[in-house]
Amino acid sequence: MALTTTEFDTIAAISTPPGEGGIAIVRVSGEDAMKVITAIYRGKDLNKVASHTINYGHIVDPANHNETVDEVMVSVMRAPNTYTKEDVIEINCHGGIVATNRILQIVLSNGARMANPGEFTERAFLNGRIDLSQSEAVMDLIEAKTDQSMKAALNQLDGNLSHLIRNLRQAILDVLANVEVNIDYPEYDDAETITTKLLLDKAKEVRASVEQLLKTAKQGKVLRDGLATAIVGRPNVGKSSILNHLLHEDKAIVTNVPGTTRDVLEEYVNVSGVPLKLIDTAGIRKTDDQVEKIGVERSRKSINSADLVLLVLNSSEPLTAEDRELLALTKDTKRIVILNKTDLPMAIELSEVKQLVGDENIISTSAMKADGLSALEQRIAKLFFEEGIENSQSNVMVTNARHISLLNQALSALDDVINGIDSGMPVDLVQIDMTRCWELLGEITGDSYNDELLDQLFSQFCLGK
Amino acid sequence: MSEIFSHVKQTYQGPDYDVIVVGAGHAGCEAALAAARMGNQTLLLTINLEMVAFMPCNPSVGGPAKGIVVREVDALGGEMGRNIDKTYIQMRMLNTGKGPAVRALRAQADKHAYHRAMKETIENQPNLTLRQGIVDSLITEDGVCKGVVTNTGAKYNAKTVVLCTGTSARGRIIIGELQYSSGPNNTQPALELSKNLEDLGFKLKRFKTGTPPRVDGNTIDFSQTTEQPGDKEVNHFSYETPDSQYLELKNQLSCWLTYTNEKTHAIIRENLDRAPMFNGTVEGIGPRYCPSIEDKIVRFADKDHHQVFLEPEGRETQEYYVNGMSTSMPEEVQQNMIHSVAGMQNAELMRPGYAIEYDVVDPYQLKPTFETKVVKNLYTAGQTNGTSGYEEAAGQGMYAGINAALRAQGKDPLILKRNEAYIGVMVDDLVTKGTNEPYRLLTSRAEYRLLLRHDNADMRLTEKGYELGLISEERYQAFLAKKAAVEGEIERLNKIRIKPNDEVNQFIQEHGDKPLQDGVLASVFLRRPYVTYNILKRFIPEPAKPLGRRVIEQVEIRTKYAGYIKKAEENVEKLKKMEAKKIPENIDYDAIDGLATEAHQKLKQIQPHSIAQASRISGVNPSDIAILSVYIQQGRIAKTK
Repeated sequence: MALTTTEFDTIAAISTPPGEGGIAIVRVSGEDAMKVITAIYRGKDLNKVASHTINYGHIVDPANHNETVDEVMVSVMRAPNTYTKEDVIEINCHGGIVATNRILQIVLSNGARMANPGEFTERAFLNGRIDLSQSEAVMDLIEAKTDQSMKAALNQLDGNLSHLIRNLRQAILDVLANVEVNIDYPEYDDAETITTKLLLDKAKEVRASVEQLLKTAKQGKVLRDGLATAIVGRPNVGKSSILNHLLHEDKAIVTNVPGTTRDVLEEYVNVSGVPLKLIDTAGIRKTDDQVEKIGVERSRKSINSADLVLLVLNSSEPLTAEDRELLALTKDTKRIVILNKTDLPMAIELSEVKQLVGDENIISTSAMKADGLSALEQRIAKLFFEEGIENSQSNVMVTNARHISLLNQALSALDDVINGIDSGMPVDLVQIDMTRCWELLGEITGDSYNDELLDQLFSQFCLGK
Repeated sequence: MSEIFSHVKQTYQGPDYDVIVVGAGHAGCEAALAAARMGNQTLLLTINLEMVAFMPCNPSVGGPAKGIVVREVDALGGEMGRNIDKTYIQMRMLNTGKGPAVRALRAQADKHAYHRAMKETIENQPNLTLRQGIVDSLITEDGVCKGVVTNTGAKYNAKTVVLCTGTSARGRIIIGELQYSSGPNNTQPALELSKNLEDLGFKLKRFKTGTPPRVDGNTIDFSQTTEQPGDKEVNHFSYETPDSQYLELKNQLSCWLTYTNEKTHAIIRENLDRAPMFNGTVEGIGPRYCPSIEDKIVRFADKDHHQVFLEPEGRETQEYYVNGMSTSMPEEVQQNMIHSVAGMQNAELMRPGYAIEYDVVDPYQLKPTFETKVVKNLYTAGQTNGTSGYEEAAGQGMYAGINAALRAQGKDPLILKRNEAYIGVMVDDLVTKGTNEPYRLLTSRAEYRLLLRHDNADMRLTEKGYELGLISEERYQAFLAKKAAVEGEIERLNKIRIKPNDEVNQFIQEHGDKPLQDGVLASVFLRRPYVTYNILKRFIPEPAKPLGRRVIEQVEIRTKYAGYIKKAEENVEKLKKMEAKKIPENIDYDAIDGLATEAHQKLKQIQPHSIAQASRISGVNPSDIAILSVYIQQGRIAKTK
């Protein structure tokens, strides 16, 4: 069997996030990767350098009299020990969107085609380089919005999730093998007889772990998709100043959601490692210069789709009917009340607000003087990392929708085990749901289960008369 | 030994047959009876007529999974169930404390009576000829099997041939340093056939199995052992055997339990250099589930004792089978081992245990009908296919015999699926995975075991047996009546409402439950763990006709476990969807990169028919299946040789 995939053509893409940092990488993968690079590179003969070396040189544009485009370092990695198991070239160039795009264009006009999103990973998977759970982690990595998200994805890539799941599966397998021994060797006296009580204990134990993992899923989802955050408040309380502070230039990632109007811009900000997806920032901005016309109706819409509400109140004025309405509307949502304009004398009914939202969720700020804003950031991070969801023992976070769905199914299989035992079903029937749980967990890691059980059986017990 | 001094110089033409079955062990007997009963002129050849349906190893039939196969063979119209019902000396239901899917019937057999009864049935079967003879080679033309040639020069033509050679194919017995060419129980081996198969292109493997020593019951002190009697409750293997024929407990024979000890283990350890299993003499691969005692001592060194069951071999013999001490140690070591065990201090060794090596056809070379891929119209079954166990052999013999018969008649084959029968599980396992050790059926191999119960084998397979002509009209009518009674009663229980009266509530409260507030359906009431059908009867009107024991059993199981049964049936539906994803026959696995090396080899070797079958091949991982599915969907498959 050929080690590289002849079916696949050669693909290229910019593999660093756009707009960031000093260096950008253009990655090329496929059978013609060497051909492409030798056509556009001036320096050492890359065909003769050892694999997995990095080489200094220049990229030229053959279509434009070999004009020098950029000074680069080129990594040469030959199949099969590469990410995709194909020949891979990585061109490290001097960042900057224009220069990087130009190099990509030159690569594309010299024999490569533009890679689809995730196509490198797809090849890594199809060429047998990584397992299912890992390939999904890479996809999450590509989508990761902040360093924290990146860490969650990287953890999974290392196989932390796989490791955890495999441990769970092994624990289940031990019990299952024991149940099978009891069935297939009823007279064999050396295997513990698995009673429904033992099975119940095991089911509960595994259930607790799965539940723990699912808790992290909520957190993981936020890390991946961003915490939907609405900034609400009546006109002129300082929403836009708070927003502008959060949207501090170097943190903001602005994505234009395709197929929607500019009005529904989603803006991501990184607040102490928590990616916030700010809702309806356009709405706030738009009305910034004029008399604000955002009614409670528009706030209500934002609140409904938010995981977190930042409710801004003017501390220099008593609560208005509109303030009270907003307080009532956010009653069931995780919220932080920002008492803005503390540079002015306080007039708000503080005790009433405290009673409604609790001490710890009130932050006093003066957006004008940039006062109290770091306290706000800390509060957001704390809400998320400490109070929101406990960290799991191994810092594994489940971020992938497929995994979450499988874990939920596993949980309900375990509930079936527990209910079955409660209603007096014998072990070998209850075991059906236990096996189901084991299979579901196996689907997360993409593990094969062929014959595993039997191997377990015969390695653990001295069977046969 | 078994040296051939001269071969026949001349062959002669014997009669023509429709089906020839080679070997009259547990596979061969079922194959030949099925073919003959389906109306084919059938020849059953065996090396030694004294070996028809002989039990060279343990004197018992049934047990977990195996017992269900016996019932399946019976439901298809086979003989094993009826034959053991005629000749058992003890009957026991195992796993009675567990759920309905895993209850297992096991009988101790009078091995001599078992052989005689089966031989008699075969002798009296119309269309069937039983003859002694060793098959040396197959007659083939252009890859099609046309008959066999025996060592005495007889040539028999046939439309199809079934090979059930057991452990006779190039059999070699090993006892300590002694090795000789032999079939089971010191019979003559088949020395020529294997070479002929290899010449035809078959890949053969070497497997090993073994048997323990037999001792004289007159010299066993049973008082030092624990008695294991049979059951009082009536049970039979065959759906035809009437309850009235059940042996009273006092007429059954007991087995006896004792244990090995540190002394036994020390004797074995001291002599490991003389153990063929460990000094390199034995080359064949033995079964993990039926290990020799020396194997157990080495692999599980921390265990200070192992169970030993002393089982009578029949009513007219004092020979006892020392179950749990299978060994190929030198004879005097075997004697010392035996004498170290409680109850056997003075036991006389009657026959030493031995290991036997033999040739098997690696079963990935078979189609799902058990016809070989290499030679058309040739079928194999039993130990030839790498299995072990009388029941596994009988199930396969039945299956191969039916398919050989159907082919001879130009009819479509019978395919049993994983969700229909343990036989189907076994067939699919063998042709899909091959086997690296003698294959034994275990309930854990069946993913739908709740559907494959021993109590419903008739419900699953009688219809098929009847269509094949293997079930009599009388039995079929009885089956239809039972089925109607079961379904009628289940339906009735779904309509009767039990009202919350004092009698019911007192009963419920006695079992620690809350009294009924509203009426409850009889079927729902029956699902309570402490309610049986016989209890339920107290609270509901009598059925129109009194129900038999086996009807009640069905009603109870199908009502009590309805939820789980439904789940299993849903899984079967999923399987069917995967089965529907066919893999084109002309697929070129070399053109699919990205498959793991092992998966690539296995897929190429086994040539699965569907994605479902491919996913069951060991060494083919879900990622390989994903790649395969992607390629098939993308039409990249078109690139064929």
